[in-house]
Amino acid sequence: MTFTKILTGAVVALGLATTAMAEDKTKVGFVYVGPVGDGGWTYEHDKGRLAVEAAFGDKVETVFVESVAEGPDSERVMTQMALDGADLIFTTSFGYMDPTINVAAKFPNVKFEHATGYKRADNVSTYSARFYEGRAIQGHIAGKMTKSNIVGYIGSFPIPEVIRGINSAYIHAKKVNPDVEFKIIWAYTWFDPAKEADAAKVLIEQGADVVLQHTDSTAPQAAAQEAGNVITFGQASDMGQYAPMPRVSSIIDDWAPYYIARTQAVMDGTWSSTDTWDGIGAGMVGIGEISDAVPEDIKAEALAMKAALADGSYHAFTGPLNKQDGTPFLAEGETADDGALAGMNFYVEGIVGDIPN
Amino acid sequence: MIRLEKRPQPSRFYGVASPVFAVIATLIFGGALFAILGKDPIQAILTIFWEPLFGEFSFFYRPQLLIKGAPLVLIAIGLALGFKAGIWNIGAEGQYIMGALFGAGVGLAFYPMESWIIFPLMVLAGAFGGWVWAMIPGVLKVKFGTNEILVSLMLVYVAEQFLASMSLGLLKNPEGFGFPGSRNLQQYPSAHNADLVTGTGMHWGVVAALIAVIFAYVLLTRHRLGFAIRVTGEAPRAAKFGGVNPTRLVLFCLGLSGALAGLAGMFEVAGPAGQVTIDFNVGYGFTAIIVAFLGRLHPLGIVCAGGLMALTYIGGDIAQSQMGLPVAAIQVFQGMLLFFLLAFDLLTNYRVRIGQREAI
Repeated sequence: MTFTKILTGAVVALGLATTAMAEDKTKVGFVYVGPVGDGGWTYEHDKGRLAVEAAFGDKVETVFVESVAEGPDSERVMTQMALDGADLIFTTSFGYMDPTINVAAKFPNVKFEHATGYKRADNVSTYSARFYEGRAIQGHIAGKMTKSNIVGYIGSFPIPEVIRGINSAYIHAKKVNPDVEFKIIWAYTWFDPAKEADAAKVLIEQGADVVLQHTDSTAPQAAAQEAGNVITFGQASDMGQYAPMPRVSSIIDDWAPYYIARTQAVMDGTWSSTDTWDGIGAGMVGIGEISDAVPEDIKAEALAMKAALADGSYHAFTGPLNKQDGTPFLAEGETADDGALAGMNFYVEGIVGDIPN
Repeated sequence: MIRLEKRPQPSRFYGVASPVFAVIATLIFGGALFAILGKDPIQAILTIFWEPLFGEFSFFYRPQLLIKGAPLVLIAIGLALGFKAGIWNIGAEGQYIMGALFGAGVGLAFYPMESWIIFPLMVLAGAFGGWVWAMIPGVLKVKFGTNEILVSLMLVYVAEQFLASMSLGLLKNPEGFGFPGSRNLQQYPSAHNADLVTGTGMHWGVVAALIAVIFAYVLLTRHRLGFAIRVTGEAPRAAKFGGVNPTRLVLFCLGLSGALAGLAGMFEVAGPAGQVTIDFNVGYGFTAIIVAFLGRLHPLGIVCAGGLMALTYIGGDIAQSQMGLPVAAIQVFQGMLLFFLLAFDLLTNYRVRIGQREAI
């Protein structure tokens, strides 16, 4: 018994010593919804974390917990990080929204950054990326490349974020190929290699020779490779190991510049609650290298569109556009405002099928 | 040569001692795993087991143990009664989801009216939801002889589809900007399953779990029905001759475990979780199966096992963030616990003999 007490005493003392030494360090916590090795969404957030470490060296300490369930578990993990002295905590999944707000209310001196949500507070910022800009480029390539005129799309959850991506891809595929048809499968998961592979196989069996995915694993890429003559795009991460075929390009989330800037702001004492929604122009959305499987002219068109989206001369949602039911959405030359984009819960005209609810 | 020899009588010593040996073996092999990963094994194990209970921030973690442990115990108690009788409800996860949907649905139907009657109605609806979902495999089994293991398990996936549908449709928060998920019940006082004393983690689900433990203990040791359950599990033919009605027993065990799982889901959605969301279920229904066996299907054992599992979850998360242990290592550590328990359980019924069998 005494021995245990001495041992614990030593551990506690050691703990206190580390805390004391770490006091001048800025501590940054990351809560991840998937494993850091998912090769997609969480992997890119973790690359952002490593970039923060690389940028600040000894001046920061980063901690993370992976595969944290949304709900009470995430609330506990955030609280634990705040208790352990984190100055800044990034919560990187939509489902962490209410837990982030709850914990932030209890720790007014800790700054929180919630990805893809819409609730803010004095110490809670939100940030997201305009992935739909990348979807426009994918749609263009898909429309040009498909021979069967069937494009498969693996949706995760029917939320505005995902619906926006489907619409953006469809609009730009349709523009270059009026005969194109989208087949959409909802996987109801962000990361489940088995389900994603099944979805990809079903789409390919139904004749799709392009598979787009809004889920995070590389399983659809593997399924497409096996089938042959099917092209895919990397999601969230480059997934370059599947280039040049099936993966012909990708949307890359690059959180590093944002994470470094926000950590710097905490160090400087200039952090304030903001809502950031950046796209290709600001570098938050990257377009992975377009592989040689894509003919030169299509590649050039895609890169021209990327440049136009980046400098703001072109908006991915430019009228005239109708909603699926035929009612007008955008007039000739009109572009969608952020409010309409953020809450998008309808398909554009031409997409067959209903959004499940 | 090493042989296994069946004991004439199950060993009483190993019956009691095998969980203890399992924990010790887990500590040794888990510690070795942590050491291979380059982490200090003693510190890792202390972080997992000591930090939540007696560490600097135990004031926060102790209530969390109740929050994490209560649904496990509540579900495991129901499952254990069935398991004792050889009735295998593997679908508690689905019953948990349906309980949450029924409970939250009733609460949200009254929104924004405030009344004391709403919460009790939600409790009843939650239990009913779980009961109904468990009655499907129950009725199919007694009417058509289907296998309740398969039916109850498959219904988990059906329940998950209902959950997704409800989060995106009927129960979606009308003020949620089109995002999935219901209103937050934590912000609806009449429906909120709050801490009974703020900051203690003691919500109605914890109370219900304690009542269920006492109820199950009395049932098993003092009541005719408990006797019927035990006899059916140990000697089904004897039970039949003894006048036990197997149909009623199947329906009772499945119904009760379903109702308790439903209650757990309802208390969770109205309290710690707050919202019906697509990812609401986090596997309590499956983990409870481990808890039931780890607790030797005994009510008091289940309380200890539920606490232990909750501890490894909470301590595991602390070890991840403080020591950089990967989540997979924590999951392997938890898996070892069940693995070693099953391994040592073998010694209850068998003994290890080294050497040749004696000639008779």
